[in-house]
Parts: sequence; structure tokens; C-alpha cells
Amino acid sequence: MDLSYGEENESYRKDVREFLKVAWNPASVEKPAMKAYIAGFREKATGKGYLYRAIPREFGGSQQPVDVLKAQVIREEFARARAPMEVGGNGMNMVVPTLLERGTQEQKEQFIRKTMSGEYIWGQGYSEPGSGSDLASVRTKAVLDGDKWVINGQKIWTSQGMDATHMFMLARTEADAPKHAGITYLLLSLDHPGVTRQPIKQITGGATFCEFFFEDVTTPVAWQIGDRGDGWNVSKTTLKHERASIGSADMLGHQFAQLVKLAKETQRNGQPAIKDPLVRDALVRIEGWVLAHRYSSYRLFSHAAAGDPPPSVGLMMKLLLTEIGHDIALTAEDMIGDEAMLEPAPPGTRGRGPEKWLDQIMGSLGNSIAGGTTNIQRNIIGERGLGLPRDPAMGA
Amino acid sequence: MRFHLSEEQGAIQDAIRGTLADSLPSEKLHKLIDGEAEFDRESWDALMALGLGGLMLPEQYGGSDLGLLDAALSAEVGGEGAVSGPLIGQIATGLAIAESDDDDAKSAWLPKLATGDAVATLAFGRDWLPESWDVSAVGNRVSGSVRFVQAATMADVYLVGLAGGKLALVEAGEHVEVQPLESFDRTRRQSTVIFNSAPATLLSADSGRIFDVALILAAADALGGAQKALDMTVAYAKEREQFGQPIGQFQALKHQIAQMALEVEPARALVWYAAYAFDKGLDDARRAAAIANAHLSDRFVSIGRAAVAAHGGIGYTWEYDLSIWFRRSIYSRAYLGGPAVHRERAAQLANW
Ligand SMILES: Cc1cc2nc3c(=O)[nH]c(=O)nc-3n(C[C@H](O)[C@H](O)[C@H](O)COP(=O)(O)OP(=O)(O)OC[C@H]3O[C@@H](n4cnc5c(N)ncnc54)[C@H](O)[C@@H]3O)c2cc1C
Repeated sequence: MDLSYGEENESYRKDVREFLKVAWNPASVEKPAMKAYIAGFREKATGKGYLYRAIPREFGGSQQPVDVLKAQVIREEFARARAPMEVGGNGMNMVVPTLLERGTQEQKEQFIRKTMSGEYIWGQGYSEPGSGSDLASVRTKAVLDGDKWVINGQKIWTSQGMDATHMFMLARTEADAPKHAGITYLLLSLDHPGVTRQPIKQITGGATFCEFFFEDVTTPVAWQIGDRGDGWNVSKTTLKHERASIGSADMLGHQFAQLVKLAKETQRNGQPAIKDPLVRDALVRIEGWVLAHRYSSYRLFSHAAAGDPPPSVGLMMKLLLTEIGHDIALTAEDMIGDEAMLEPAPPGTRGRGPEKWLDQIMGSLGNSIAGGTTNIQRNIIGERGLGLPRDPAMGA
Repeated sequence: MRFHLSEEQGAIQDAIRGTLADSLPSEKLHKLIDGEAEFDRESWDALMALGLGGLMLPEQYGGSDLGLLDAALSAEVGGEGAVSGPLIGQIATGLAIAESDDDDAKSAWLPKLATGDAVATLAFGRDWLPESWDVSAVGNRVSGSVRFVQAATMADVYLVGLAGGKLALVEAGEHVEVQPLESFDRTRRQSTVIFNSAPATLLSADSGRIFDVALILAAADALGGAQKALDMTVAYAKEREQFGQPIGQFQALKHQIAQMALEVEPARALVWYAAYAFDKGLDDARRAAAIANAHLSDRFVSIGRAAVAAHGGIGYTWEYDLSIWFRRSIYSRAYLGGPAVHRERAAQLANW
């Protein structure tokens, strides 16, 4: 085993660092010019091959050969310099990878650049009031009319839905086919008179997801990804990308470091809480899990770098992250005491007090539902990971 | 960057697994736990013939000069197969001698430890931690009493923890008295060992390092044991039927078993990292050893309990193999100090 990146990658790291020193100087930029400065920076970084590596040049990417290690070096150096990486969100995380794998040339030309530039903002139109964990039961219907699909139905819990300009959707197109085989993966513009949307206030009180209603909304057949009736398989490529981006050891490491900081700053019985044996024990107990998660992500990383299939621990990362996040949150709540009875001001507000830890509680709670609930994760671990007999009620 | 096992490491684990399956099958384990012998000599010799005693020893003394990671991978399979000899003691004692500057002790003991011609065990004493050791030395004679020494009646040599955190080597003989204890883990039986002005070789090895080695090997052993209990549970859940279907199809049980896997599989990388950090001499090596040991001690007991529960009545019997690993989990948790002890050490090492 060897956790170093090797000489070639270390010299690559130097190049990245040099580049950042020259190209990323936000302190020199006035606030109104910042947006353009960031866009320009991303363009330069893409020119160097640091960003949008998986995306072909013809669509605005840097088209680099797959190199997990170099990609990691870039992430580390950008994080260190606090420089912006690629534009985030559903579009880059889910739609673009799916287009790259399954899209036509025209679709790639049409959508990738505009998603990268942030012009197109994508909502994920999967869940419906009647279809959540049992996603393959979606009922939103699309019917073919010449070269258009005509969509009727409802989607719900769409994150960023109020800002979205476009949606990627699972729609039922084959009424008589078995449920998994009757779904088609469609892209559509939300700028259509048949689309109505309503925000739904989250339990956090802040950020919203929303509910969509579709009445004879049309989208070109040319915007369908993959074959008719093959949407379930196409969506699996999407979910795979989503799962891979949820398990983030760095984020967890950061949360744990914040927790330790809180324990140092909180006074208890006339001394810092971190001197309290119960707190010390709780912290190291959590750290055992945080590190198990981190080193397991090294394992996944190492397998990916070698081009090997991921080990079974890959199926566990989301649930692990959810549970550890919850433990961190509860331990923090114990430390902040009565302050946990205050409503936290929205993230980014100046002067937030210890009650900001409630964000962590809400975040890990959301994590236990979004992207496949905890029970669904346990099904996956039990059935796919351990080979336990499948529940016939759940189908394929 | 590479953080998975090499093909060779996998092959070594498979070889040990096969050897243990052949030389220490279930019937022999039961004979051992129902009998009087302290450990099963035949399977021990088979492991020594594979070179486990000399994994970390220099080649010039018959060792294979590998790192702690390779030793931990072996200890893991040992835990999976309920190895009954003092494997951790054998490896840690050899390393303590190899890391001391006493060529006579090296030539006298290392070749024998490498082949298994001599059996070594740990006699640390008091609360396990080097700063608590209390066997006293006058010149090169040592005196004192140490509880919880594994395989003490069959050991040829003891790695003894001395007051002041030093280590000494004491040969079995007339100045060493062994009083067996009624032991809960009957695959790893314990004794009190009394040293009566016993002749000793003082070792200059850093006892903190040797203690870390023992902690990491013990964590690896616990990992193997937890994996075994999980594997037995998965197999049983596929085969046992109730209400006309395999019990593993009931979601409640499926989820309990998934939760067990969530405790075992991610912990594997924690053990690997601790061993890797030791081998590379990383700054966080000592803390990694403490955290890995505490974490795996907890996981093993938790898995042992869940495994028994998942089996129902059969799991609660003496005859069913699970009893062996359940008892090993209780031993593992106490051995070298409980998880709370090592968590507090980890807190101190972070300057908290
Ligand atoms: C913060 C957040 C953001 C989201 N963003 C989006 C988005 O952008 N786009 C989108 O399409 N969706 C989104 N979702 C929806 C999310 O994917 C669904 O909520 C989730 O898949 C669960 O579906 P459901 O809400 O219908 O619950 P249900 O499926 O009804 O589940 C309810 C309970 O039943 C349990 N359950 C269900 N089936 C089983 C089973 N087979 N075995 C055992 N237990 C079971 C579940 O675990 C859960 O505890 C978001 C959700 C949240 C919380």
C-alpha cells in the first residue's frame, strides 16, 4: 500500500499550484466584477485541463484521459487555494454524465455547454406523490404526438425546482409494459404554459423544493435520452453518479473538525468541554467512524484508479455518511445545550450562534431520505452486497 | 497511490485460511474448548510452517522482513479461524527482540520464533499500558506477578513488561510459576504468571512501539472474528426457513444483517490504515493504533451479539460454532485495555 501520489503527480501538483497562484486572485477583484472573473478563471482552468475533464473539447470541456489521481490532485489544490471548481448542481452531476453516456450528438451539442455555463438549471423530476422509494411506479404520462411527447402528471420534492429552467424526468410511456419497462427518460423545458410549480417549504424553514404540475406539456422526441421504454436503465446511470457524489470524506472530516472546535470553545463546569471525559470519549468514538469512512473512500478511490470494480463497501458509503452525520449533530447538540432551542438564521448570515448546528441535524435528516432512504440503502446492502434473498414484492 | 491489497497479500490470506480450515476445523475447535489443552498444537505448527512467526523478522534470522500490514492481514485470518496459539505474542515478541540491540538475544531466539520452535507470549501486567507495568528488575533478575498471560503453560519465553515501561525476555523455567485461570475464551486461555527472581534479558526496544503492534494485531484479529460472525449469519439467513421462506428474506432481519455489515466492512480500512501508518512511521501512527483497537473492540462485541440474536436458539448453544466467536469478542474487548482506555489515550495524543 502506498498513499503517496507518486513523482509524476507531485510534479503535476506543482503545475496546478503555479497556475492557481497566477490565475486565482479574487482579492484583486471588485465585487460587481466577481462573476465575470470567476467565469474567466474557469475558462482558463479548463484550457489547462483542470476542469470539465470528462467533457469533450467540442462541447466546451477539456477532454482529459481518465486519471483519478490527477483529478484528486486538482481537487486538493483548488480547495487549498479556495478556488472555484466546476459549476455544481443536478445538471453537471446528473444530466451531463447521462448525456455523455447515452445522449445523441445533437443532444450533447444542445445541452452540455449551456449547462456548464449555468444558463440551464436542471430539476430532477423523478419522485411523485405516489412514487418515491418505488420509483419505477411513476405515473406521469407521456404520449407521442408526431415528433413531440405530450406530458401530463405531477412531480414533487424537486430540489432547486423554483430556479430550474429545465427538467430531466421519468415518464410512463408504455401503459401495457411491465412497470420497469414502461418508462422513458425525457428532457424538457419548463418554459411552457402547461407547467405550474409551487414551492414547498422544507422542515428547515429555509431552502425549498417544489411541486410541479404538467398539463399537456410538450417536449421534442429528439430530447428523449435512450430508447423508448428504456428510461429505467438510463436513470440508473444517473443515480450511480449521484451516489458517487454524496459520499464525501472531506465534508465529514470538516464537520468533525468543527465539532472538536466546538468542544474546545464550549465551557462546561468551568473548563472547556473537551476536558470532560464523556465528551472526549464521545469524540473519539465518532472519530473511529469518521476515519473508517475516510479510509474506505481511499479504498474506493484506489479501486477506481486501478480501473477495478468497486468493493462492497461502496454500497455502504451513503448510509454510513448519514449515520455519522447524525452522531456528529447530536453530540454538538449536547454541547450547545439550551442554544438548541433557538431558530438558526439562514446559512451565510453573519454572526450566527451555536444554534447553527441545527443545520447539521437537518442536513443529516435530509440525507436519510433524499437519493434513496435509509431502509432502501439497507435493502441494497443486504441484497446486492450480501446476497440475501430479494423481497419478491419489490420486483427487479 | 494504492489502498487495496496486492494479489500476493490476498494469496497469503487464502493460504492461511486454507491451512486453518484444514488443521483447525470445527470439530477440533470443540475438542479444544471442551478439553484441557491450552491451545491446539497441530494447527499452530501448521501456521508456523507457513512462516507466520517470522513475518516481521529480518531475513538473516529466517524471517520474511514484511511489515505490520502483512502481519495484521495474517492476524485477521487468524481471528476468522479462531487461531488458538499466541499469534500476537509470537509476532510482537520477535519484533521486540529484532528492534533491540542485543545480537546474542537475536541469534538465540529469532530463528526459533520464526520457525515456531519456540512459543512466545506477552506478560505485560497491571493495566496493560506500558506506564502501568510493575514487574521489578534487580540486575538481570525480575520479580512480580502478571495476570492474563495467554498460553502461559505452553510458552517457552515471555515478553515481560517491567516497571518504568521497559521490556525483558524471560525463559520458562524453575523461576517462573504458572497458575492457570478459568478462562471465558477457551481458545485463548489465560494464566497468572509469577516471576521469582527469574533470569531475564533486558531489551532496548521501544515498548510503546511493541504495544502499538499488539494493539493493531488485536484489532485485526477482532476484524476477522467479526467478519466470521457476519459470514455465519448471512449463510444461516439464506438457509434457515420459517413461515415458508428463508429468514433472510424477512426485511427486519435483512436490515439487521445489513447493519452488521455496515459495522464490519468500513472498519477494515481503519485496520489497514493503522498498520500502514505504523509501517511508514507516520505522525498519527500511535493514535491510529489506539482508535483502530477501540473501534474494532466495540464492533466485534456488537456483531457477536447481533449474530447470536439473528440465529435464534441455535446461536445460544455451546455446540454451535458461534459461541466460540462470541466468547472471543468478549476477550478481545478486554485484552490490552478496553475501548474507553484507548479512546482516552487517543484524546490525549491529540492534545485535547
Ligand atoms: C431534501 C430532499 C430533496 C429531494 N430532492 C429530490 C429531487 O430533486 N428530485 C426528486 O425526484 N426527488 C427528490 N427527493 C425525494 C426523495 O427521493 C424521496 O423522498 C425518497 O426517494 C423517498 O420517497 P417518498 O418520499 O415517497 O417516501 P416513501 O417511499 O413513501 O417512504 C416512506 C418510508 O417508507 C419506507 N419504505 C418505502 N419502501 C420501503 C421498502 N421497500 N422497504 C422498507 N421501507 C420502505 C422508507 O424508507 C421511508 O421510511 C428529495 C427528498 C428530500 C428529503
